[in-house]
Amino acid sequence: MHFSPRSALAIYQREMARAFRTAFQSILSPVLTTSLYFVVFGSVIGARMEPVGGVPYGAFIIPGLLMLTLLGETTSNASFGIYMPRFTGTIYELLSAPVGVAETLAGFVGAAATKGLILAAIILGTARLFVDYEIAHPLLAAVYIMLVAASFALFGFILGIWADSFEKLGIIPMLILTPLTFLGGTFYSVRDLPAPWDAIALANPIAFLVSGLRYSFYGVADVPIAVSLWLTLGFLGVCTIIIAVIFRTGWRLRE
Amino acid sequence: MSEPILSIRGLTKTYANGPRALDNVDLDIRAGEIFALLGPNGAGKTTLIGAVCGLVRPTGGTITAFGHDLARDWRAARARIGLVPQELATDMFETVWRAVSYSQGLFGKPRNPARIEEILRSLSLWDKKDAQIRALSGGMKRRVLIAKALAHEPELLFLDEPTAGVDVELRKDMWEQIAALKQRGVTIILTTHYIEEAEEMADRVGIIQRGRIRMVDEKRAMMERLGTTEAVIELAAPLAAVPEALAGFGAVLSEGGTRLTYRGGNGQGRGRAEVAQLAQALTRAGIGFTSLDIHDSSLEDIFVGLLGQEQEAA
Ligand SMILES: Nc1ncnc2c1ncn2[C@@H]1O[C@H](COP(=O)(O)OP(=O)(O)O)[C@@H](O)[C@H]1O
Ligand SMILES: [Mg+2]
Repeated sequence: MHFSPRSALAIYQREMARAFRTAFQSILSPVLTTSLYFVVFGSVIGARMEPVGGVPYGAFIIPGLLMLTLLGETTSNASFGIYMPRFTGTIYELLSAPVGVAETLAGFVGAAATKGLILAAIILGTARLFVDYEIAHPLLAAVYIMLVAASFALFGFILGIWADSFEKLGIIPMLILTPLTFLGGTFYSVRDLPAPWDAIALANPIAFLVSGLRYSFYGVADVPIAVSLWLTLGFLGVCTIIIAVIFRTGWRLRE
Repeated sequence: MSEPILSIRGLTKTYANGPRALDNVDLDIRAGEIFALLGPNGAGKTTLIGAVCGLVRPTGGTITAFGHDLARDWRAARARIGLVPQELATDMFETVWRAVSYSQGLFGKPRNPARIEEILRSLSLWDKKDAQIRALSGGMKRRVLIAKALAHEPELLFLDEPTAGVDVELRKDMWEQIAALKQRGVTIILTTHYIEEAEEMADRVGIIQRGRIRMVDEKRAMMERLGTTEAVIELAAPLAAVPEALAGFGAVLSEGGTRLTYRGGNGQGRGRAEVAQLAQALTRAGIGFTSLDIHDSSLEDIFVGLLGQEQEAA
């Protein structure tokens, strides 16, 4: 199979430049949201909460909050990244270039993973201002964050190709992603839920993502880390296959 | 003739719940030529370009560029093809420089700032290199699109209506740019519905209508074959019939015998020569005339005539 690193790099750099162009917004917005959550849940409410699994409540919610912002930002960023060129017509260039699905994804997803890491660093830095915490497995956390960012960049990419209006573009993150993340144990351990809600909560795939990240932070998890990792990798794989099929058939890309 | 640089066979495109935009199109493009695809709006010009450049999936037929079958070896072929689209689709917030350098990288070329500078200078965009594209005028945006299309040094360049909506002065300017590209050895396919443009620029012209190529020929040959010279001679005194001395010219009388009209020639000077002979014959025969008006048919007349026939046939 052919792969042109220069093409992939060009797409990567352009995606990164796009993020830096709106750097103010991309940094300020997560800093502000995270701060608000920490003021309300971390400090005010958290002070009256029991530690969860030995972790003080304020620290306990960090991975969940990180996941909440990461999923939302990555998905919408990637979906805009491909939707806007379709909308304005600039996608003609990508379609007429000697570039296949591999370069396109390497560029888009690589950039999304990088942005995910930067975003995570910003959120963790902000969190540090409010609560004290140690990350048990920093390397695992970094890899996991990149993996999740890459998966949801692919997911956002599919969304951006599927959507034929701005409304549809915004509806999935708002109607599905945010509620599932909230219900996925951002602010609590799903194991603390009364039966049958603990089992029902585990039907939510995002609970596994939150749990995985929480494991990398504090060594405690609702489900084994291996399960979270495999689930993430599986999601990544499925999204990649869907995009490969989209490129092969030209669905919504080529008339 | 050498191998065509682009060879299209039986190309057909039917849009989903849409019309048949291309109907069994055969077309060969020669290396180094400027080929004008001339046709009214909706004829299928953009669709044809889209099919070659990978924006449109053909319903049937084959496209071969540089000897590569586009269905299989699209990478190799696309690396050598450039496209300037009809719509002014640009990344508004990007600067000119970044936009062009992105194109260079996207097409797999190593970074080459000297080449970009050369392109921007040749298109008079150099002093705008750090400007955001949204701040540029329509004509300038079109140039940015050309610069982007040239960034990977294509050997075959498509220009889809390069002068649509461009004022006369800019249009002349664009023609010069295109001529300069040809000088550099780039093969150019441009679409237009300005006949004047095809006449001015093209080595060969293809006339397309309702998805079918009606005619492809050297511009000159086309005008030779179909071009005519028309001469209208207003006579000093009415004639009852065309005199014997003028019989060979095939001229006809009208307006109560006061107007003599000649139609003939090959669009390449023979008509004018015959009109001169006709005028001399009139003088020799002692027939006076007050005015003589000559008009060579242009590509426009050919075009309108051709489409008119089609309309009647339909
Ligand atoms: N995306 C599309 N979906 C459906 N029909 C289309 C589409 N694009 C073009 N057409 C139709 O195909 C025909 C040819 O269009 P086009 O190639 O744009 O013509 P031209 O460029 O010569 O003006 C027209 O009838 C047009 O309406
Ligand atoms: Mg068109």
